[in-house]
Amino acid sequence: MNPMLRLVPVLLLALLFLRLPTELPEQGDSGAWADNGAASDDYYLNNAQNETGANNIVTAVLFDYRAMDTLLEATVLFTAIAGIGAVLHKGRRGWSLKNDDDKGGEH
Amino acid sequence: MASRIVATTANLIFGFVLVFGFYLVAHGHLTPGGGFQGGAVIATALVLLIVAREPALVGMREHFLERLESFGALTFVALAMLGLGTAFFANTLADGGLIFDDAVGFGSNDGNLNTGGLMPLMNLAVGLKVLAGLGAAAYLIYVWGDPEGGGGA
Repeated sequence: MNPMLRLVPVLLLALLFLRLPTELPEQGDSGAWADNGAASDDYYLNNAQNETGANNIVTAVLFDYRAMDTLLEATVLFTAIAGIGAVLHKGRRGWSLKNDDDKGGEH
Repeated sequence: MASRIVATTANLIFGFVLVFGFYLVAHGHLTPGGGFQGGAVIATALVLLIVAREPALVGMREHFLERLESFGALTFVALAMLGLGTAFFANTLADGGLIFDDAVGFGSNDGNLNTGGLMPLMNLAVGLKVLAGLGAAAYLIYVWGDPEGGGGA
């Protein structure tokens, strides 16, 4: 396959992503989106302090409204550590990814 | 073993980095920061200690960090379970709970640590988990990642 051909979907995706920010409302102005009932930012700004008791609304979203997302984010971290341990752990279980003679449990 | 300059500087800075990290975790519901960010800062202090000194000298017991990470994750899930009467992750402490239940005025205010309901506790749990996780990653890479089998642990 021609390498230049592979560039086409990349450029198309780049165009798409570059166009997305122009669709967003101005910072602090959710007027057009609020008419569509899509402005959750206004809801958080107006109600987060009262509902969760946290001044930091980012934390209120991360640990209250969208706490499930935080839980799964922590799971990603856990999986990464497990992967590091599995790849680097030599010998102790009797097998080695590197398949060398270094099978002693000297660590 | 890093040079004496690096080791001395690490010894000096370590405490301040720790304090700043725990501040970020403890004030997560009031100021920018939170469990993830504060945990990452504390893990930076751990990595500083591991890199600047021999891991064997750091004095961590084997599997301590892994157990700490599991403890943080289990605490997080357990705190989420507290809200099971209404929903998973419902903030049961925020309104009329035992602690962290002070009312907060709308808009900018002075900030009160005794607010946020479950959030300070969850920040603490996630902070423990992240500091242990990132610290364990650095520790494992440093101790096991050396092809010569070095690292001293």
